[in-house]
Amino acid sequence: MTFMKMAASAAVLAWASAAQAQETLSMWYHGAGNEVELKLINEVISDFNASQSDWKVELQSFPQAAYNDSVVAGALAGNLPDILDVDGPNMPNWAWAGYMQPLPIDESKIASFLPGTKGIWDGKLYSIGLWDAAVALVTRQSTLDELGLRKPTVEQPWTRDEFMAALDAAKAAGKWEYPLDLGMAWTGEWYPYAFSPFLQSFGGDIVDRSTYKTAEGALNGDAALAFGEWWQGLFQNGYAQATQDPADRDGGFAAGKYAFSWNGNWAALGALAAFEDTVFLPPPDFGAGPKIGGASWQFGVSATSKHPEGAAAFIEFALQDKYLAAFSNGIGLIPATPTASEMVDNYKSGGPLAVFGEYSSKMALVRPVTPGYVVQAKVFEKALADIANGADVAATLDAAADEINADIEKNGGYGH
Amino acid sequence: MAMISADNRGLRLATRYAVLVLIALIFVFPLVFMVMSSLKPSQQLLEDSANLRAFLPVGDISFDNYTDAFRRAPVATFVFNSVLVTGVTVLLSLLICSAAGFAFVFVDWKGRNLLLAVLLATLILPFETIAIPMLLMVAHLPWIGMEGLTWGWLNSYRVQIIPFIADGLTVFLFVQYFKDLPGELIEAARVEGASWGQIYRRIVMPLSGPILATAAILKFLVMYNQYLWPLMVTQEEGYRPVMVGLQYFFQLNVAWGEVMAYLSLITVPVLAFYLYLQKAFIASIASTGVKG
Repeated sequence: MTFMKMAASAAVLAWASAAQAQETLSMWYHGAGNEVELKLINEVISDFNASQSDWKVELQSFPQAAYNDSVVAGALAGNLPDILDVDGPNMPNWAWAGYMQPLPIDESKIASFLPGTKGIWDGKLYSIGLWDAAVALVTRQSTLDELGLRKPTVEQPWTRDEFMAALDAAKAAGKWEYPLDLGMAWTGEWYPYAFSPFLQSFGGDIVDRSTYKTAEGALNGDAALAFGEWWQGLFQNGYAQATQDPADRDGGFAAGKYAFSWNGNWAALGALAAFEDTVFLPPPDFGAGPKIGGASWQFGVSATSKHPEGAAAFIEFALQDKYLAAFSNGIGLIPATPTASEMVDNYKSGGPLAVFGEYSSKMALVRPVTPGYVVQAKVFEKALADIANGADVAATLDAAADEINADIEKNGGYGH
Repeated sequence: MAMISADNRGLRLATRYAVLVLIALIFVFPLVFMVMSSLKPSQQLLEDSANLRAFLPVGDISFDNYTDAFRRAPVATFVFNSVLVTGVTVLLSLLICSAAGFAFVFVDWKGRNLLLAVLLATLILPFETIAIPMLLMVAHLPWIGMEGLTWGWLNSYRVQIIPFIADGLTVFLFVQYFKDLPGELIEAARVEGASWGQIYRRIVMPLSGPILATAAILKFLVMYNQYLWPLMVTQEEGYRPVMVGLQYFFQLNVAWGEVMAYLSLITVPVLAFYLYLQKAFIASIASTGVKG
């Protein structure tokens, strides 16, 4: 009995000392309010904490809508955690502002990851994502058949003329309220994420990526002007609505109000539930190749972390295919690796959403990789909203380019 | 003639009540919409929002949104935090600001007019302009508590309470109200040998019910609706108030029914507090001309 007591005491002591030896790593995550996402991230943390005796990750979750402001406030107050997650396009700004440090993980481990999941700025990896998102032109096979339209493919996407002919055919059919749902009810990041690929497919861009020091020529050159005229025409010619009820964005396609919907993979299962013959078409090619946006939420290490090796150990741990697959099953996003995709029914070869993975790997273009993007995104959003509502295209794009240039100059070129 | 006159009075009265009822309905409709919507599934809520059904408990009615709201976020914690922070701030604010107002009006001291002018000048400063300096300051302030001396006030109740106890508007309200109190009362008390503390406690404060109610309600609303400051200073969920909690419900596809359920729940303390102080608040508005 005494022996048993001693053995038990020794076991408790050993466990206690092991627990004490674990260094705590704080982590912030944007998933508060999302029950599924929080459950998944807590499982990864729990598995990591149990898998080794050096580190113990403790999570603080934030609502997504308030997350960026919380991180900025935390940085100002000198109160950042060890591990944080960051929306891909914001990463360069946080790295430049000194909120994040390069991520010390073995890059061979992320060789097979989708390009949009890698947060690289200034030649260094700062963040890595477990998933990516993709946008497609959602419609029904029956709609294509009814309108006599060719089904576009990755190899042969619709040209601009074919796309406009499809919209014309849908308009002439008179069966839908609008031929195209662009998701104008969603504001903020949706604009640069979903609409700047159109501009890039025209041959323009939000900023000149060769230097990142000016928007001149990129946002207001001939290609951008052609894009702007086309964009305005969508609304002026009744193809799409410039202002949209959020309810129509959420349920308009399923209710049969739109022939085509420009929407993300996160809404794909809902569309399939509404219509079995839903198809997800690649984006049209407006001349410079078909494009969609890339980069979603990613994990990185804060600049103030005293334990970057511990933070990196956790992030490496989270990159296992089983977690990539679990997140995809839980929240519907595209797993970062082909091997993880094969573990997910929706995204495995032949799966109903597999095309999104293909679009993501072949057509995704990350938003401008510059600290100035956070400002440029807002300028771009305002310019597109103004043009959609009838503003002069050339003057609006000139003003937007000037505003972006002024911001770049004010910030000393953002380190480029 | 008398009959016609009575009819006219009746007609005028009916018209007046009709107008008042209409105005009341305009103010009540958003609340009715919120509560009714909180009982409906999101899809039905959006469909009903375009017609009068939005204000009626019709269709698929249930308390599911409330259950789901509690599952999505620690609603009780958020409400508790807000009520605690707001309640303590309001109480301390009434005490400190009324004492300051008392000193500005009744006590003769050098520089009081200048200081009052400076205090009032702070009213034109939007909070956003001082938020970052305040954040930098509170992040490094010392505190002596159960754990001994610690540095930094982030993630605490005190960081949400102390910076908001004294403010120019509340002091101004008290100053204006105290100026209208009969000066003879104070002079008589002084002649009788009462101390300033006694005059404050036994004469001025008992006469200040309406302004206390007004100041309390205005402060309550400001504190209960706090968003930016708690967002900046509370990284721990356990200290977050209701308005930061509201963001939990704005996911990619917003569950509007849950949003309405949450809003209905967090409106209850505000309504209860207002109804409790309603009479004094109206009396104060009538007597001071302060508009809430």
